Amino acid sequence: MTTPNPAPPRPATSAGLADAIELRNVSRWYGNVVAVNDITMTISPGVTGLLGPNGAGKSTILHMIAGFLAPSRGELTVAGRPSWRNPQVYETLGLVPERDSVYAFLTGEQFVRSTARLHRLPDPDAAARRAIDMTEMADAAGRKISTYSKGMRQRIKVAAALVHDPRILLLDEPFNGMDPRQRLHMMDLLGKLGAEGRAILFSSHILEEVERVASTIQVMVAGRLAASGDFREIRRLMTSRPHVFSLRTSDDRRLAAALMGRPDVAAVELTGKGLSVRTTDYGAFTRQIAVLARAEGIRLRELQPTDESLESVFGYLIGASPNAS
Amino acid sequence: MPLNPTVAAITLRATLGRRRALLFAIAPVILIVLTLVLRAGRPPGTLWPERVLGDFGFSVLLPLTALVIGTSVLGAEIDDGSIIHLLATPVRRRDVIATKFVVASVLTMLFTAVPELIAGLIAPSGAKLAFALFAGALVGSVIYSAVFVMVSTITARAIAVGLLYVLIWEALLANFVGGARILSVGHYALGVANAIAPDQALNAGLSLTTSLVMAIVVAVGALVLATRRLTSFVITGDSA
Repeated sequence: MTTPNPAPPRPATSAGLADAIELRNVSRWYGNVVAVNDITMTISPGVTGLLGPNGAGKSTILHMIAGFLAPSRGELTVAGRPSWRNPQVYETLGLVPERDSVYAFLTGEQFVRSTARLHRLPDPDAAARRAIDMTEMADAAGRKISTYSKGMRQRIKVAAALVHDPRILLLDEPFNGMDPRQRLHMMDLLGKLGAEGRAILFSSHILEEVERVASTIQVMVAGRLAASGDFREIRRLMTSRPHVFSLRTSDDRRLAAALMGRPDVAAVELTGKGLSVRTTDYGAFTRQIAVLARAEGIRLRELQPTDESLESVFGYLIGASPNAS
Repeated sequence: MPLNPTVAAITLRATLGRRRALLFAIAPVILIVLTLVLRAGRPPGTLWPERVLGDFGFSVLLPLTALVIGTSVLGAEIDDGSIIHLLATPVRRRDVIATKFVVASVLTMLFTAVPELIAGLIAPSGAKLAFALFAGALVGSVIYSAVFVMVSTITARAIAVGLLYVLIWEALLANFVGGARILSVGHYALGVANAIAPDQALNAGLSLTTSLVMAIVVAVGALVLATRRLTSFVITGDSA
């Protein structure tokens, strides 16, 4: 009855964990279905958002990093050590799972203190109090978790994950089910933890959540890494991609003719219900369309982007990103 | 055996919470009440104590109680996903399995071996048989607990699989097919009881040595397999 010996950790840099999490050519498949395809990424201290639509492979990546799924191929290390079959990585790692199941019969304080004891901390009571204070759960800590709202459960899970002061924190869809105030609080907390030098990696399918809190993002689409790096650069890629708008006006034919001469318009089509306009510059088009219509004496009745779904944004990024594989 | 007191405390609360202890107590209460009724209604000298305490106690009470408890201590946490909070810590998986196994064994002893002893002392067959059945039930509690903890690491349908095993293997094949007894936990327990208080009516099919050796082999094997399974625990669900 043995637990595999953990591989010796690589020497830490003076900054602590320069490369907290490293994936090299990691793939994961289930039978013939490829969930994650040849991902190479490095997560450093700071807040990183793992962004992608449902089914993109975000949870598969997080489960592999957390040691709850073996990569089918490739190399994955957390603080220099493989995480699969190696519970010792939890000396430096904290995990906030997406699933809402906690020990509901415990109070919040008992849950966090139990986690502190499982980590064999020298003063579990003090560690639990500190983590509960960080997540602003002190007022509710004496209540049973079964009485908590979804947002409170999420926060007490974060407190438990932080109780041993980990250098790396993984959160799977941490904002799910939270009300706007709780979201803001969680964003502030993640920002603060990242600023303290921890490596925070969280998954989300909501662009605005990631934008608010992450300085670096990894964009996943259909199991592949579509883009990675600084958020502003990826945001620029997203806004400068071709967009399609549908318009209804008082004179569709005349507006179509006026639009055809513009450099930011790639195509115009009369659809029967109105106009479909494909633009290469989202910002310029949305700023100028009203000016143009007024100059032509045309009334704009409806202007609507038709391909703003995350899937279309990500689909575009696969082709546009310099990291596209 | 490396035990973790925090894991034990959480497991005890989860297993005995929501008045589950009352559920576990139903079968032992039936055994004791049945013994009282038979003692009042039947003349001494008949074989009913061996039938009730041996057959009902070891073929029904012991395996079914062990099944419910053994699959609850770990399987319930795996089913609802709360096991993640335990496994997302550096606690060694063998310590988790060892602790769950000990909690399951102690609870099963409490709800099977102790009632067997009480019923044995009430029955007119004498204190020796009572203590023999008590010892057999202690051994059976330990082995069944190891087996059912292992089963809950292998399948999400641990109760169904365990029930089939108890009803088909232990209650049917092991009693009617001689060779099957070598792999019957119930017969290991009966073998121990029969060695302490030899009694033809117990229908023990194995010697004490065979019973003990096989009991150790089965328990250790089950715990090793359970530890390996938990070490390779995989989160199931969507791949979002």
